[in-house]
Amino acid sequence: MEEVSKIIKEKIKEVGNQRTALLPILQAIMKEQNYVKKEDMVDVAEALDISAADVYGTSSFYSFIETEETGKYLIRICKSITCENKGKKQVLKAIEKELQIDLGETTYDKKFTLKPTNCLGLCDMGPAMLINDEPFTELTTELVSEIICEFRNR
Amino acid sequence: MSNKGLRKVDILFSQYSVAPYQILKQTMKKNKADVLTEINESGLRGRGGAGFPTGMKWQIMADEKAEEKYIICNADEGEPGTFKDRKLLVEVPRKVISGMAIAAWITNSTKGYIYLRAEYNYLIPALKKELEVFEEYSKQFGLDFPIEIFSGSGAYVCGEETALIESMEGKRGEPRNKPPFPTQEGYLGKPTLVNNVETLASVSMVCRYGSEKYKSLGTDAQRGSKLFSLSGDSPKEGVHEFELGMKVSDFVAEYGDGDTKAIQVGGVAGYCIPRKNFENTIIGEGNTTGGATMIFNSTRSMYNVIHNYLEFFVEESCGQCTPCRVGTQQLLKGIEAVKVGDKPECYLQDLIKLSKTMKITSKCGLGQSVTNSFTSIITNFPEEMIY
Repeated sequence: MEEVSKIIKEKIKEVGNQRTALLPILQAIMKEQNYVKKEDMVDVAEALDISAADVYGTSSFYSFIETEETGKYLIRICKSITCENKGKKQVLKAIEKELQIDLGETTYDKKFTLKPTNCLGLCDMGPAMLINDEPFTELTTELVSEIICEFRNR
Repeated sequence: MSNKGLRKVDILFSQYSVAPYQILKQTMKKNKADVLTEINESGLRGRGGAGFPTGMKWQIMADEKAEEKYIICNADEGEPGTFKDRKLLVEVPRKVISGMAIAAWITNSTKGYIYLRAEYNYLIPALKKELEVFEEYSKQFGLDFPIEIFSGSGAYVCGEETALIESMEGKRGEPRNKPPFPTQEGYLGKPTLVNNVETLASVSMVCRYGSEKYKSLGTDAQRGSKLFSLSGDSPKEGVHEFELGMKVSDFVAEYGDGDTKAIQVGGVAGYCIPRKNFENTIIGEGNTTGGATMIFNSTRSMYNVIHNYLEFFVEESCGQCTPCRVGTQQLLKGIEAVKVGDKPECYLQDLIKLSKTMKITSKCGLGQSVTNSFTSIITNFPEEMIY
């Protein structure tokens, strides 16, 4: 709890306490704990003197602000047509098998969450995915196993 | 129809001048009105998709009187199949930032923002470094124009300039009614100029080479050079730069894999051109937008293609206006129903009508452009839509 209020304070020092600070604050919370809890939204609302409904309304609009519990590493696999045509399905199956979860789920140890996302702008190097902010391209079934293994050990 | 063939050019990714920000320095020695005339005469149009004349937008912005005025670089390229702005920001960010600075100088703007899509967050460290270089040089040139990076949070519709501004103001990225246009009332109610990454880089190039040379490229409808993000069934995927005005058949001959069935020009908001029309369609006349070009060969199902596009639109519709929110869902349900035989083939015609209604009644470009790919795919590949 305390940590989030600290994040809010620090961000407000940096960008002010106007409504324009909302997305930067939410992004900072995302960076720290990978999702924004309902209680955090209330804290943010208080700090910016707006309604909690406004904070939720804004949070839920954006696909990179998670409002449900999310693992430490958020995998976003691109589902746009070019990646799809380049074998995204097989890659996705390999990830699901490796993590033993389905698309949209979080692993038991809360380490990984697997989600689809729209075009990542990496079409010339597809299939592509992001893990948190880091891009991975030209994925194959072998490569994703290696990548996940590496993240497991981080 | 004017066919100039396939003419590759190397302008936007050409080498930097030896000393940083020389284009900006040289430009600032001139008269502001003269530079604006140059940009107007170059015929440059917005490279984000809508194609509004850049010089005219700048003129309107320059005429606005306010103490605070903002320049926003729109780096929220979310159109599926588009990645040219990423390449510009990675390889020649200096040209983009110079474009912003020239805009600020001409229009007396006080602050700049780069609205960077969340998917490109990994570019931030390098961009910040470049902004430090810019700060050092702009001070030397006597230009007080700080630039900040504003990170987006994953919403396609925020590429629309008023939705982008709403998002920067901490709200849901829902497009505003126009007028007032952002140049009149934009970010925080102040005059705001929103330009695409490639547009700003192109301005730098107009300033470097002069409007005469720039104008000599392209056709009457589209002047200058344009970047194409090419992906799909092609051995030469990547970003390519051309003069506008080449036949699709020339393009496919050079970049296809020999088995090209259709080509999507302008991303999913653009048009799908089938093989039979390659010969008589010119890229850059009535069809070009952001330059996203996807090639499909004969192994691809066009039903899967349009299904994928519609899923995208359903998800990215901001939900504010009914024609777009409900229309996109109904189109998706509709083609699924025809595919499994729950609806007859002629139902596709009703869906086309619906998409055309969306074009007239939707609030922003998202809902208005669904019909482009929808109608062109359904009309040209009806046999693939039925079971």
